[in-house]
Amino acid sequence: MIHFHQVSKRYDNGKEALLNINFELDQGELTFLTGHSGAGKSTLLKLIMLIERPSGGRMVVCNQDVAKVGRSAIPYYRRQIGMVFQNHQLLFDRSVYDNVALPLIIAGYRPRETGRRVRAALDKVGLLDKEALNPIALSGGEQQRVGIARAVVNKPQVLIADEPTGNLDPELSAEIMDLFDQFSQVGVTVLIATHDLGLIARYDHRLLSLDQGRLISDGFDRPDHLQPHLHERGF
Amino acid sequence: MAPKTPAQRTAPRGATAARTTFRQRFDSWREHHKEVALESLRRLLATPLPTAMTILVIAIALSLPAGLYVMLKNAESISEDWDGSAQISLFLNFNTQEQQGRKLAAELARRDDVKRTEYISREQALAEFEAQSGFGDLLEELGENPLPAVVVVYPAVTDLTAAESLRTDLDQLGEVDLAQLDAQWVQRLYAILDLGRRLVVALSMGLALAVLLVIINTIRLAIESRRDEIVIVKLVGGTDAFVRRPFMYTGLWFGLGGCLVALLLIQTVLWWLDEPVQTLSALYRSQFELSGLGLRVSFLMLLGSVVIGLVGARLAVSQHIRAIEPG
Repeated sequence: MIHFHQVSKRYDNGKEALLNINFELDQGELTFLTGHSGAGKSTLLKLIMLIERPSGGRMVVCNQDVAKVGRSAIPYYRRQIGMVFQNHQLLFDRSVYDNVALPLIIAGYRPRETGRRVRAALDKVGLLDKEALNPIALSGGEQQRVGIARAVVNKPQVLIADEPTGNLDPELSAEIMDLFDQFSQVGVTVLIATHDLGLIARYDHRLLSLDQGRLISDGFDRPDHLQPHLHERGF
Repeated sequence: MAPKTPAQRTAPRGATAARTTFRQRFDSWREHHKEVALESLRRLLATPLPTAMTILVIAIALSLPAGLYVMLKNAESISEDWDGSAQISLFLNFNTQEQQGRKLAAELARRDDVKRTEYISREQALAEFEAQSGFGDLLEELGENPLPAVVVVYPAVTDLTAAESLRTDLDQLGEVDLAQLDAQWVQRLYAILDLGRRLVVALSMGLALAVLLVIINTIRLAIESRRDEIVIVKLVGGTDAFVRRPFMYTGLWFGLGGCLVALLLIQTVLWWLDEPVQTLSALYRSQFELSGLGLRVSFLMLLGSVVIGLVGARLAVSQHIRAIEPG
C-alpha cells in the first residue's frame, strides 16, 4: 500500500529531513512511526499526503507512483488517504455531522448516501448521539474521534495519524488505538506517528524508528530505551 | 414464460445503472451548487452591516453612470421632439404693414426649401407673450406694443447647415430686421449629448473597475477569514474548483445585490423627480415624460454586474487560494 524506496527529502534551506528511507507497508498493516521531534516523522507524513514532494527516490502509495501525480490530481490522490491530526483540525463553524460529511461532499456523494455513511462513521466512533453538536462542545477525546470519523468516512485505503493520542490520557488513548485496530482488521493500512513511548510499548505492532532523517530500525522489537515502558504491559 | 437468462436480465439493467450514475452525479453536483450558493448567501447575511456597506458601495458606483445614462436618454428624447421643428424666426421691421407681412409669408411658403410659414402679427405676439410670461401687466405699463411681427419659417431641409444658409438668405430681405435660426441650441445640445455619452462610457469603465476592486478586496478578506477551512478542505481532497466555489457565489451575490440596489436607487430618484418634471413639461406644453432605464438596459446592467462579481471573485481567488496550502 505504501512503498518507500530510497526516499530523501531535502528542504530548500538545505536541511536534510529524510535520507534514503526504505520500507513497505502492506494492506491492513498497522504500524507505528516514531522518533524525536525533528527526526523526520512529520516530513514523512507530509510526503505521503503530498504536502511536500520527495527530492529523491521513489514512492508508491495505493499503487500509484507519487511522482506521476500532478498538481491537479492531488485532490483525488488525497481522497484515498484518511488523515487524523494531533490538533483535530475540526471546523467550529459547523456541526459534528457537517465536519464528518466534508470529505463526502467534496467527493460529490448524494445527500442520502452522505447521511448513511456519516452516521455509520459516527456510530463506529461512538458519537452518533452528538452529531448535531458543535465540536467545540466536545471533550478532547471526543474531538479526536470526530477527526477519526472524518478520516474514515470516505473508506480510505490508507489511514495516517499524526500524534493521535497526543493530548489524551492512557484510557482514552486505548480507545483510539482500538479504533485503529478495527480499521486495520478490515484492510485499511494504518500508519501512526507518535512519540508516546508508553503507547508504543503497550502494543506489539510493527515499529519504524527515525533518527535525524534516517530509518534506524524497522520491526517488532522495542529498542532498549523503551524497555522501562514494557513493564506497563506486564513483562 | 421462460425464466430470463442472466444475460437478458443484466444487459438492460447495466445500461440503466450507467445512466442513473451519471444522473446521480449530475443531481448531486446541482444539489451541491445550490447548497453552496445558499450557504454563501447565509454567510453574507450573517454579517449584515459589512455586507450592506459593500453592496451599497457597489450600488452607488453602478447607479452613477446608469443615472447619467437615464438623463442622457431623456435629453435625447427631448431633442428628438424638437429636431424636426427647427425653425427660422424672421423679425420684421416695425414699419412693415400687416398686409405686407402676410404677403411675404405666403411668398416664402412657395419656396422649395421652405415647408410652410406662419405669420404672427404684433398683436398675436403680444397676446402670446402675456399668456406665457405673466408679464402682461408690465407690458400694459409700457403703453405701446414693443414686439415686432414675426414670420416663422419651417425649413424643408432637415440638416442644420442647409437651414443656416437659408437663414442667411432670408436675412437679406428688406422687410426682415433679424433672421434667427432656432436650431443652434439643438446643435449645442447634440454636442453636449455627445460629450455626455462619452462621459457615461468613461464613468462606466472607471466605476466598473472600482466595483471590481471592491469585490476583489472583499473576497480577499473572506478568503483570509476562512484560511483554516481551506487548508482542511484541501487536505481531505477538495479540488481548487471546490475551494473556489463559495467565493465565486459570494462574488455573484455582490454583483447581483449591488445592481438590484442600484436599479432601486435609480427608480426611486426617477419617481422622486417625476412630479416636478410633469409640472415643467406641462408648463412647456410638452407631452414629455420621464423614461427609466428600460428592461433591456436593466437586464444588461444586471448581467454586467454579475460578470464583474464573478471576474472579481475569480481574480481574488486565483491570487490567494493557491498560496493557502497545508504544510
